[in-house]
Amino acid sequence: MNALTSWLTDNKLPIGPYIETFFEWLRVRLETLFDLFSEGLAGLIELSVAGLLWVPPLVTAAAVTAAAFLFQRSWKLAVFCMAAAILVLNQGYWEETMWTLAVILWATVLCMLMGVPLGILCAHRPAVYGALRPVLDLMQTLPTFVYLIPTLTLFGLGVVPGLISTVIFAIPAVIRLTYLGVSNVPRPLVEVGQSYGATRWQLLRRVEIPHAIPSVMAGMTQCIMLSLSMVVIAALVGTDGLGVPVVRALNTVDVAKGFEAGLSIVLLAIILDRLCKKRAARKRP
Amino acid sequence: MIHFENVDIAFGGRPKSELLSMLDGGAANGEIRARTGAIIGARDVNFSVGKGDICVLMGLSGSGKSTVLRAVNRLNRVTRGRVWVGEGEDRVNIASCSESTLRRMRMNRLATVFQQASLMPWLTVAQNAAFGLQLKGLPREKCLQTAREKLAMVQLAEWEDCYPDQLSGGMQQRVGLARAFATDANILLMDEPFSALDPLIRQELQSELLALQKSVHKTVLFVSHDLDEALTLGNRIAIMQAGRIVQFGRPEEIVLQPATEYIARFVAHINPLNVLRAKSLMLPLEKLPLENGARILYPGCRLKVDAGGALENSGGGEGLQTTPAVVAPHLPMRELTGLLRDHDTPLVVVAGGKVLGIIRRQDICNALAPLNRNVH
Repeated sequence: MNALTSWLTDNKLPIGPYIETFFEWLRVRLETLFDLFSEGLAGLIELSVAGLLWVPPLVTAAAVTAAAFLFQRSWKLAVFCMAAAILVLNQGYWEETMWTLAVILWATVLCMLMGVPLGILCAHRPAVYGALRPVLDLMQTLPTFVYLIPTLTLFGLGVVPGLISTVIFAIPAVIRLTYLGVSNVPRPLVEVGQSYGATRWQLLRRVEIPHAIPSVMAGMTQCIMLSLSMVVIAALVGTDGLGVPVVRALNTVDVAKGFEAGLSIVLLAIILDRLCKKRAARKRP
Repeated sequence: MIHFENVDIAFGGRPKSELLSMLDGGAANGEIRARTGAIIGARDVNFSVGKGDICVLMGLSGSGKSTVLRAVNRLNRVTRGRVWVGEGEDRVNIASCSESTLRRMRMNRLATVFQQASLMPWLTVAQNAAFGLQLKGLPREKCLQTAREKLAMVQLAEWEDCYPDQLSGGMQQRVGLARAFATDANILLMDEPFSALDPLIRQELQSELLALQKSVHKTVLFVSHDLDEALTLGNRIAIMQAGRIVQFGRPEEIVLQPATEYIARFVAHINPLNVLRAKSLMLPLEKLPLENGARILYPGCRLKVDAGGALENSGGGEGLQTTPAVVAPHLPMRELTGLLRDHDTPLVVVAGGKVLGIIRRQDICNALAPLNRNVH
């Protein structure tokens, strides 16, 4: 028995080294491509942050408040948004919050751009979904730190590995919910489309996508929340934002700073969540 | 306008050659299923729906009536046979036409009304009614304008900006009807459109459909599991059982001469008041007593009828002579019972100045009684 155990431990399968070799191979082969991609994405985010910071904070706060009222028709939410923005400004985390906002928004945009078409494809081709499902499970269960390391080697320190890891973590939600929305279109509605002569494309545009919209929007809200939960982890690889003061506070055991930054993340999360939520009841004529 | 020619529809089933030979050999549906795994939807279906007709496919659930209807716009694939739609040069075999032809037919010639109105919940009533038109790629405003006209036809003009979930079931079904009318397709396929509605609303929609049909003259194929509905709406009825059409004919033929015991059992439960008409209820002229070369309609009648049925006033009234109530041969039983209540004398059925027969109170009773003969 012991002999078998020691034989097993002595003959370790080189899974780790294989994967390392694969990523190394990828890095060497595609270095310029990755660099170009990395620089482009970083430039895009920096530009967005510069734009967000160019606007005076109080104007941004007022804009968010107005948006809250326009989207949700709720005075309570508008007042809350104003108060939350002012509190963040008061605590001195405005710049970090704008950074985090830019990273989250870009992560969400990337997730939606890739996830929605993939979700639709999955709904139409069960084989694709069958193949993709274990990959999605893997993306959601593999500890984030694990894929943070190869992204670091491929894209270098900075905002891009953080963004990529965020996308990997958040995109399964978008794919799954889009898939759910499209594949749950009631059969009779599809038949109405067919019986009036809809083409595949018209069926998608006029029946399947409109039906899937609530589900896709739920996917987007989830995507934003998942991205927010990656803020601190992304900070470890050099992504600017509210994660940075949290990591710093952890290293220096600074309770005050930790809670201040944490509060800002929570406030940002609440505002984004409430803004994106579908309004409860449709306006009735 | 619609012509089914030796149509078999099977779902699944392998090998196909064995399936077809079993169909030819007249094997039972259950046997075919056990051997090949095929579920038989329809077999050896032959019938035609003429232009402007309302043909009702009637049968219990699972009898294949929806399957047949759905073959007309190829929501179901036909295993064998031809489904002709259209007339003359224009006619197309839906079972084998190309995708683009099918699409053209679906877009311009065929319109379907489903059991659940199947409205898009995210579109307003007007947008829903315009759905078929928008697929044609017509300008948005034009589609909506046509849709509004059709909504006015089904009395929903003031609801056009509402969403389907704000409407009752009957109103939703009317939107489905407006959507079908909007494309100007001349063939309407209606798959149990009124079955989910409560009886009063159903009757209301039935009479509305009949009233609309007088102005739109569509060719309608209508599926129903309710014989009363079939008899009210249809001028042709096909009764289906286990995938086959067991009787095809006019409503009165179905009621008065049911082809099988199965149909007779159905007929036993119907309400004959709307179905039977004067002509089929009357005692024909030939059976009336002959006296001096003239028929006696009934004792004491003022009218004299020669052997051919021509009317003449016997004149010179003496005693208790009366002038009878005269009715047309297509008058339904419902009206006749009312007239017989108000008149003590029999009704005289007259067409084109000729007497065809008479209807006495006992003829009404006779018509009701034999209907129940086969009930156990």
